[in-house]
Amino acid sequence: MAPLLQSTQPWVEKYRPKQVKDVAHQEEVVKVLTNTLETSNCPHMLFYGPPGTGKTTTALAIAHQLFGPELYKSRVLELNASDDRGINVVRTKIKDFAAVAVGTGGRQGGYPCPPYKIIILDEADSMTEDAQNALRRTMETYSRVTRFFFICNYISRIIEPLASRCAKFRFKPLSEEIMTSRVLHICNEEGHNLDPQALSTLSSISQGDLRRAITYLQGAARLFGSSISAKDLISVSGVVPPDVVQGFFAACKSGDFELASKEVNNVIAEGYPVSQMISQLFDVVVEANDLSDEQKARICKKMGESDKRLIDGADEFLQLMDVASATMRAVCNMQEEFH
Amino acid sequence: MLWVDKYRPKTLDKVIVHEDVAQNLKKLVTEQDCPHLLFYGPSGSGKKTLIVAVIRQMFGPGAEKVKVENKTWKVDAGSRTLDLELTTLSSTHHVEMNPSDAGFQDRYVVQEIIKEMAKNRPIDAKGKKGYKVLVLNEVDKLSREAQHSLRRTMEKYSASCRLILCCNSSSKVTEAVRSRCLNVRINAPSEDQIIKVLEFIGKKEGLQLPSGLATRIAAQSNRSLRRAILLFETCRVQQYPFTNNQVIPPMDWEQYVCEIASDIMQEQSPKRLYMVRGKFYELLINCIPPETILKRLLCELLKKLDAELKHEVCHWAAYYEHRMRLGQKAIFHIEAFVAKFMSIYKAFLISTFG
Repeated sequence: MAPLLQSTQPWVEKYRPKQVKDVAHQEEVVKVLTNTLETSNCPHMLFYGPPGTGKTTTALAIAHQLFGPELYKSRVLELNASDDRGINVVRTKIKDFAAVAVGTGGRQGGYPCPPYKIIILDEADSMTEDAQNALRRTMETYSRVTRFFFICNYISRIIEPLASRCAKFRFKPLSEEIMTSRVLHICNEEGHNLDPQALSTLSSISQGDLRRAITYLQGAARLFGSSISAKDLISVSGVVPPDVVQGFFAACKSGDFELASKEVNNVIAEGYPVSQMISQLFDVVVEANDLSDEQKARICKKMGESDKRLIDGADEFLQLMDVASATMRAVCNMQEEFH
Repeated sequence: MLWVDKYRPKTLDKVIVHEDVAQNLKKLVTEQDCPHLLFYGPSGSGKKTLIVAVIRQMFGPGAEKVKVENKTWKVDAGSRTLDLELTTLSSTHHVEMNPSDAGFQDRYVVQEIIKEMAKNRPIDAKGKKGYKVLVLNEVDKLSREAQHSLRRTMEKYSASCRLILCCNSSSKVTEAVRSRCLNVRINAPSEDQIIKVLEFIGKKEGLQLPSGLATRIAAQSNRSLRRAILLFETCRVQQYPFTNNQVIPPMDWEQYVCEIASDIMQEQSPKRLYMVRGKFYELLINCIPPETILKRLLCELLKKLDAELKHEVCHWAAYYEHRMRLGQKAIFHIEAFVAKFMSIYKAFLISTFG
């Protein structure tokens, strides 16, 4: 029999704040937008910041609060990286949508319904420079009837002329307390148990990214049932357990090549992602007290190189081996460069 | 039938090696709606076995009747239409494919097939709409664009289609795709676990397996269960009853790489380099992936080298493998590595022995 389909929404969607004032930890943005809601006056906006800090949530919430469910469809255009956003789309779809005039109907059904439309461009940093350039004039020409919301991770990828036309808001990574309180709230709602140790693990592996934290939490809950331990969270997140990283580092420090190579083989056989391994090893190396600055610099240099090679698609085993050997050479003060 | 296939566990309950993972998966599939899954781990660790077992758990034995199809998809890509040919393995409930076979057009394949699957959803006895499962192999070899287009399609069609992704290294799968799946890490079985499986098979076949031989097979298998079982079967063909110290035939290509390694160690000259090139070509012609050759060669060389040289050789192996990935023709880079090694080794010999 085919399994029944329950409508289990991802928790990330289920617990997405519906109103601007519920967005956590981003006071300035919330203040400006609340003001917008009252006066229904709004500039072009540019939200930027690391993933999982509430940028998309805020943009969607303000759009919903301005227009309400009825008008939302006709007044808001939402495009993200998975939609085609080449220069053609900017010239046709976006321009056509921007050009449509809207009525000045005033309030409808308790929503402000200001006389303009909103175009939300999510993940705007992945738009090509040409496409961004094509937007410049469109923004100005139709500014009477259209507002643009740009959302991106890296503001440096947005061309200057666009950035200067917008009010910029930086979204900060969430602090640990805010994250903890949100996670606990969700746990209560869903009826799951989370011990304090698991909670601190969760906030350390998600590094200020609330979406990631919630996704891990749901994954662990699905796989391991209602009481979730730190170990379960680590296994779901794909983070390498700290003792494995420590073991690897210790083997490198011992200066014994055989030992290190055994450790490398072990990491590969256990299936840990090497890029993750390197980034965690990086944290360990930077915090190590018994290494000189020069030694750390040497190791980090190699890590950077290996990371780039991994992205190019190089073999994981060989790269990890190279990092291990470089670490060993740095710790034991052996020859640095080969020619 | 090969033992590898004969003793592949068919259901999640019969899995021996990753028992805990299997039980968790079973709970996941039976209790509630299943999320998208991403299996990752080294080869021969049992990813595929688990995937097949999960599908069976979802749909019952009906999912085992698979047929191989070679289908052509007509894809409308903006200004032109593409014809893409791809082999799929499908049952009434799932489709399995290797999208990276389509090369740089893998993006269209992914979108088109998922769309098609979403269109004809199966309806079960109660009139409820069910879902289909799409198994994608080697996701780590998918192009960036294909992975990006996957993320949206995954969300859009999640009501009618579940994806099970399978790959060797999850670091080559983009974060966006990974975060939409439940990640399941499948580690390579430990040697003790391999021995356990070998003993299990031995008992079923009615063979006397001395523990010494089992240990040696496990050690030689490089923690790959598939390899261990294949070796075991080869041993059975070669000599039975087993003895503790019987020869376990190594893979012939490994033997060959081993020979190359000793060739290089013996003499470092352009002539030898030329000779070795022929051997590399031989390996490449037989479809041994170049990075595997290089890796194996490094392992063989490391066995024979002094500790102080190991670092340097290691460094260059990593360097040339990366270049090989960026470049076009593998043989250049393998040969460059060998030449580099020769010069390092010769310099070392001269400085030590004069």
